Amino acid sequence: MSTEHKITTQKVNFKVFRFNADEDYLPYYENYDMEVTSEEVVLDILNRIKWDHDGSFSYRRSCRHGICGACAIKVNGRSTLACKESMNDMVELFGNELVIEPLSKKRVIKDMIIDKADFWEKHDAVTPYLVAEIDENPQSENLVSPEDADKLDEADLCIQCGACHYACPAVEVNEDFFGPAAFAAAYRFSADVRDNSTSRLADVNEEKQGVWDCVKCFECAEACPKEINPIGKITKLHQMAFQEGIAKNNVAVRHAVGFKKSIMKNGVLDEGGLVLYSEGPAIVKHLPVAFRMFTKGKIVPPWGITKSENLDEIQKLVKSSSTAKF
Amino acid sequence: MEKLKYALFTGCTAKQSTPEQMMSTMAVADKLGIELVELTEASCCGASHLQDYDDFLSLVLNARNIAYAEKHGLTMVTICNTCQLNTAMTKHRLDNNEELKAKVNEKLAEVGLEYKGTSEVTHFLYAIIDDFGLDKLKEMVVTPLSQFNIAPFYGCHNIRPSELQNETHKSVENPYNPTSLDDLIIACGGETVDYDEKNKCCGFHVELQAPHTAAVLTGNAIAGAMDGNADWMVTPCPLCHLKLDTQTAHASEAIGREVELPVLHMQQMVGLALGCTPAELGLNHHLAKVDFV
Repeated sequence: MSTEHKITTQKVNFKVFRFNADEDYLPYYENYDMEVTSEEVVLDILNRIKWDHDGSFSYRRSCRHGICGACAIKVNGRSTLACKESMNDMVELFGNELVIEPLSKKRVIKDMIIDKADFWEKHDAVTPYLVAEIDENPQSENLVSPEDADKLDEADLCIQCGACHYACPAVEVNEDFFGPAAFAAAYRFSADVRDNSTSRLADVNEEKQGVWDCVKCFECAEACPKEINPIGKITKLHQMAFQEGIAKNNVAVRHAVGFKKSIMKNGVLDEGGLVLYSEGPAIVKHLPVAFRMFTKGKIVPPWGITKSENLDEIQKLVKSSSTAKF
Repeated sequence: MEKLKYALFTGCTAKQSTPEQMMSTMAVADKLGIELVELTEASCCGASHLQDYDDFLSLVLNARNIAYAEKHGLTMVTICNTCQLNTAMTKHRLDNNEELKAKVNEKLAEVGLEYKGTSEVTHFLYAIIDDFGLDKLKEMVVTPLSQFNIAPFYGCHNIRPSELQNETHKSVENPYNPTSLDDLIIACGGETVDYDEKNKCCGFHVELQAPHTAAVLTGNAIAGAMDGNADWMVTPCPLCHLKLDTQTAHASEAIGREVELPVLHMQQMVGLALGCTPAELGLNHHLAKVDFV
């Protein structure tokens, strides 16, 4: 059997974001045409731009083994760990025109280098460490069972590269929002059986900054180079809020709970009823849009909602399967 | 070709806030000769929110919905991206975890049901592309949409997480470079508009709790399509449709620019190409006026 490994090459046009905050008023894009080999990763291209074309081109790199998170950038809008991402895969995905950009254009210092202060501030804000009274002279090891270690669900593999954070549309729009990486860190320690923090879960359940503002788009799950699935951790933090009894009686929480109530009543959702339950009297702010929808036949009155057939089955299952309390 | 037949999971909006989606689904199915058996026993999928509160209940209810498709011996077809995600995610979890499947089936047994894992789950978009076939659809087009620039808006839950969407339909597409909706537009004779926001979030799921975030995302999506010279947008997701069609005033205010475009359900677009009448497709139900037909 042949073990020959054939290296192939192909022409790629790179459109590279350039900006020097000390000199430039506006960013611009520089074009570089290169022959790319099937062996290369994106970081090799960044190196070649700097070494062969323009020594002033700037980017971060360190471990080259996908464990330090320094070299995260965007390729055609996709957050990417440059040292891990194969050029072949990029070309297969996007074709031979590739746009190289920093993780966040509005936070650029120079070329691919961004100011990650917001990322670290949010990371700090979730108490990203174990809170526990430590016996300085323990009689035995502080053992964690494999089952309890499994509960971390690999959240401890996060390398803080920022790929998910700067892929998150809610982070882009809401400067208070902690973002997926911070939530993954919050989950990592909240799920640790040794942790005794009393504030972390409350912090990540605050409106505007917390898990309730997640738009559920799964961009973070796609972007994560370590396959940590941050949105999965966000879902678990939601559930913890209910389990720990710290879920507040607010719009976001009632919105989640309202689904169970509506399903119990009709099987299908009563959309108007859900909004009323979630918003309470504040529902009046929706009236102008609701009126327009009504005139277009887009709103079904409460008496017009079709119930699921075999509703008794659904109601029985809701009663017997549900343990969540609010 | 043997007549295609699916178990239709309508979701909730098709029976309430997007009645035109139900109308156009049935009209297109009729034109294509696809038989849809409506799962009238189905409950709400939980819409990505119920599992935040009660994950196990969400699993049980979604498993029950699939169990009804299994009773018919049919592939389940959804017409909502979020229904698609929640149903496919349930199937993925149960098919890969015997212990969890047994726990769910313990509950379903209380009402005489069992989840076996025998029915596939797909979206009507992928049923048309994968099973019916775009070539065959092209042959049936009687009113090519050749005068229109159409902006596809994919909606998150059909394309992410990619590991799931790749399980639920045969034409594997990439979440960063999706093609299904573009292909459908081309098959209908239209021109596709390429714009950055086409595979981004519309903000629907935080409409109530984070209205500013939601409005900016909606505004950016419509603005992107407008800047791409789109005549109208098309989406396979009724939740995206609701956000893009009904929230333009908030979106305009949030991004400081007047934005509005007609936003058609993908079934309406296909229906137009197949010669259905605007009334059959419910085009009069939109807030952003559809004035090109």
